[in-house]
Amino acid sequence: MQTPTYLAAELRLPTNWLDYTILGIYFVVVLGIGFAARRSVKTSLDFFLSGRSLPAWVTGLAFVAANLGATEILGMAANSAQYGVYTTHWYWIGAIPAMVFLGLVMMPFYYGSKVRSVPEFLLLRFDKASHLLSSALFAVAAILIAGVNLYALAIVVEALLGWPEWVAIVVAGFFVLAYITLGGLSSAIYNEVLQFFVILAGLIPITILGLKKVGGWDGLSDSLSQSRGSDFMTAWGGTGIGSDNPLGANWLTIVLGLGFVLSFGYWTTNFAEVQRALSAKNLSAAQRTPLIAAFPKIFIVFVVMIPGLVAAVLVPKIGTPGSDLQYNDAIPYLMQQLLPNGVLGIAVTGLLAAFMAGMAANISSFNTVFTTDIWQKYVKKDRPDEYYVRFGRLITVIGVLASIGTAFLASSFSNIMSYLQTLFSFFNVPMFVVFIIGMFWKRASMKSGFWGLIAGTTAAMVNYFVIYKQGIIDIPSDQGANFVSAIAGFVAGAVVMVAVSLFTAPKPVSELQGLVYGTTSPGMSEAPAKGDDAWYRKPALLGWGAVVLAAACYIPFSF
Amino acid sequence: MSDSHSDKNVHDEVSELETKSATAARLFDIRRIIGGLFAVYGVIVMIAGFAASDAEIDKAQGVNINLWTGVGMLILGIFFLAWLKLRPTAPPPPPMEDGPEK
Repeated sequence: MQTPTYLAAELRLPTNWLDYTILGIYFVVVLGIGFAARRSVKTSLDFFLSGRSLPAWVTGLAFVAANLGATEILGMAANSAQYGVYTTHWYWIGAIPAMVFLGLVMMPFYYGSKVRSVPEFLLLRFDKASHLLSSALFAVAAILIAGVNLYALAIVVEALLGWPEWVAIVVAGFFVLAYITLGGLSSAIYNEVLQFFVILAGLIPITILGLKKVGGWDGLSDSLSQSRGSDFMTAWGGTGIGSDNPLGANWLTIVLGLGFVLSFGYWTTNFAEVQRALSAKNLSAAQRTPLIAAFPKIFIVFVVMIPGLVAAVLVPKIGTPGSDLQYNDAIPYLMQQLLPNGVLGIAVTGLLAAFMAGMAANISSFNTVFTTDIWQKYVKKDRPDEYYVRFGRLITVIGVLASIGTAFLASSFSNIMSYLQTLFSFFNVPMFVVFIIGMFWKRASMKSGFWGLIAGTTAAMVNYFVIYKQGIIDIPSDQGANFVSAIAGFVAGAVVMVAVSLFTAPKPVSELQGLVYGTTSPGMSEAPAKGDDAWYRKPALLGWGAVVLAAACYIPFSF
Repeated sequence: MSDSHSDKNVHDEVSELETKSATAARLFDIRRIIGGLFAVYGVIVMIAGFAASDAEIDKAQGVNINLWTGVGMLILGIFFLAWLKLRPTAPPPPPMEDGPEK
């Protein structure tokens, strides 16, 4: 995720009543979904996990939309304007394998054990120390990210529509607050599905018109190869070990750091994502959630990368001190240059929807973790279920207010915020180590989870903030350093887990049923529901299909 | 072990909540909303396309982008409404026999 930056003042869009009508309709529908979903909330399971009853296509599109926040869209377009076709790595190797692994390998344990959150799995597999640590860090990180999203929204809305920052923060915060408090996760997920289509309806016209403006793909490719060098239009060009490229990473750190450690950490253990799959109606649907999401994810890169590349052609100096435009301005710039009123309204709506969805995904996972993992387990145990529904609504309000506060803080301390985000991203890495070792090695002891988390986080931070920032080893860019730090965190977490396991007591085998590879919990071996045995619903076929497709997508960009 | 939240507890607690859950029975179908919104958006944007001025078409590289986007959105909207019509929301799981395959 990119840190929000100020957009140039002259990006004001020529919006008129038509665009505002389109935006207004969207806000009404968003609230309508919240009110309509309210009557389906009876138990805490309805509020936090949609009663584990949603169909796979809904959870799958929500899974991809929860990641398709506006900071991601603007950030990846920026990445493309800066680094070129290397951006595809964040999708094809940096997302697909991890999503498929989550669906095929990890989901039976997550869904079959009936945990309501990712930290709750740690509680069952390891102990309270690892559970409390991961719950608390997740809760704080979710509020922080929601706040950063709100702040980024405020900057963009101020530049594009001319609203004062505080108006945008309060309005967007209010809508998210309203629809999640009313309808819980169902309402968040339904809005994400809607947002998925609206954002595509905005991005596809930008991509097509942008390509037309620069003479199609050939014109784009020729012009950028000339101005930025031929590696700019390839995925792997210049990534040999020891050779130089703008990304500051070689193929090995891309594959291991981004493709394996960072991406598996994010996609398989970030509860804001996994929660969507846990709300599916049965194990097959839960498995298919990330697999269905993988297919749009493979192609979304084109509608994000191409506008970034087009902006790099149209504004050759973009992102340098010689231009008013920053890399993050790529998509807003094309909106302003190319879209007439009408489609412009759709694109603005899509962008605002994406900001709100990015925030809502964090709020709806925050309220679940805070209520079921912290409040219900350590503060007020054994209350009637209605109590936790009420508390969930209350904490949603508090969470949104806290993220509004964070957004205002971010406007004065944006550097601190970007450091904090880096910090929290390092926590995802050891989470993945702990999960993978815990799921595959039944000897991994109860205490090893906690120490693996601590050791991995520390190693990644020391590598980034001491070894890289102090210049002890030379890595050419922050991105490259990020990849290397992730690898260091992974290795350290794994070594410490194994060491601690050898000296401490394992968890009794009877308590590991359904949590470790080779065991099953009741429900995991259930026969598929009627219709789920159709060939196109087989998880293995969907998963391997996505991997093959992503690999095939690399071919035209590799030579 | 003092850990009161063993595997069984979470498993049973969630299983029990699942039996009381109201989402499956009471939650509306999102296809209706997507279909409706995109049909409305499609029509609005298409009308803007029919009324497009030359300046607007020039801005969009000579493409009447409002018209084409409107058509695309309308088709998506109709697709969702048709899907909903042809395959209405399945009844909630407990009753095992489904309608069409009897």
